[in-house]
Amino acid sequence: MDNKNNVMIIEYGAGNLFSVRAAVERLGYTVTVSDSPERIRAADRVIFPGVGQARSAMEKLRERGLDRVLPGLRVPVLGICLGMQLMCARSDEGDTPGLGIFPLEVKRLPAGVKVPHVGWNRLARLSSPLFAGVPDGTWVYFVHSYHVPDAPHAVATCLYHAPFSAALRRDNFFGCQFHPEKSGEAGERVLRNFLAWDGHE
Amino acid sequence: MVAKRIIPCLDVKEGRTVKGVNFENLRDAGDIVELAARYSGEGADELVFLDITASHDRRRTMLEWVERVAGALRVPFTVGGGIGSEREVEALLRRGADKISINSAALDDPSLIDRLARGFGSQCVVVAIDARQEGGLWRVYRRGGRVATSRELFEWAAEAEARGAGEFLFTSMDHDGTRRGFALEPLARLGEQARVPVIASGGAGSLEDFLAVFTDGKADAALAAGIFHFGEISIPGVKRYLAGAGIPVRL
Repeated sequence: MDNKNNVMIIEYGAGNLFSVRAAVERLGYTVTVSDSPERIRAADRVIFPGVGQARSAMEKLRERGLDRVLPGLRVPVLGICLGMQLMCARSDEGDTPGLGIFPLEVKRLPAGVKVPHVGWNRLARLSSPLFAGVPDGTWVYFVHSYHVPDAPHAVATCLYHAPFSAALRRDNFFGCQFHPEKSGEAGERVLRNFLAWDGHE
Repeated sequence: MVAKRIIPCLDVKEGRTVKGVNFENLRDAGDIVELAARYSGEGADELVFLDITASHDRRRTMLEWVERVAGALRVPFTVGGGIGSEREVEALLRRGADKISINSAALDDPSLIDRLARGFGSQCVVVAIDARQEGGLWRVYRRGGRVATSRELFEWAAEAEARGAGEFLFTSMDHDGTRRGFALEPLARLGEQARVPVIASGGAGSLEDFLAVFTDGKADAALAAGIFHFGEISIPGVKRYLAGAGIPVRL
């Protein structure tokens, strides 16, 4: 088996993985779904999805010992939506300490805009290999009530009440607030970029 | 700014798609996964599937086709049609549906909305409302428009939103299938009242109808079926037209 084509999707009871899995498989990769620390440590590439509430999701990670595994991974890791938010230092949602991979705070979207932010919105200030071939202004699909304000780690922003972090990066760790698996061709490109990323840049 | 959405709707019967005119005279409009993939590729922002199968194994066939669609589709989709329990909703979400649309079951037991919103989040709870104008008020119907209720559209929408509805799918039965335009007045009023998005349904016949539903009708999304299925209006065509008229759409 060619390990480079094997992608680990972390299953920890927070949201359904069906669409992420289907999207990765459509790109020709083999998917393994697991919550085992050993198997995740041995993976070549890791996707960390999540839908739901931050505090209960963090508890599920802790029950499985994954809160200690994830920050130590050296392979490419992509957090999606709540996954990205849990990779931050802390979330306002249930006053929850996160994994601390990104030294950032997750805040509730303010009153004055519709919450949750649901639907197609545009990416701006794109950088990082995640967005190779994806032009500024590309539309992607969001569903979230909490957000990471614009930050030095942002490799994409999106304008809602104000510009916020649509994607983050630190070393081998990436995070998307939007759902690449639901974002049509553009989202497929982002996923393909992540899956093909060779660890440089 | 969030884009205005164009949503093809597929009525599904025994795993195939059909479209009714005024909820009757069903015609076969093609294979479900094929149509879904075609619309996704053409730029549909989302898809809505309404299962109108009546047979006793409806739930099983529904889970089957939902899983097939989720495996092929790269944009979000909503599933509706006779859904009445949290268990059913959970099973459909697990098979890749993004949102669930409820209608009669919410009218029968409005607390279903609260339970679904608590259990799965408001963002996946679409409350579909079928209504027709009767003596100056918009009366809500259940059972696919066959049974009148004592509810009035705006009162019911306010209650549903307070209970946790994340979106409305409003169909004017007076306009559905006529291709003479959407029900702009009730839509605008609903759009002003609701703090959650409103999907307009019923009456799309021309490009101008789509423009009007976003301007005068204040809708967040426009849904149509027959005109898309039979190719009378294409999705790229309607989106280019809207973009030219200054409406924010995903191109």
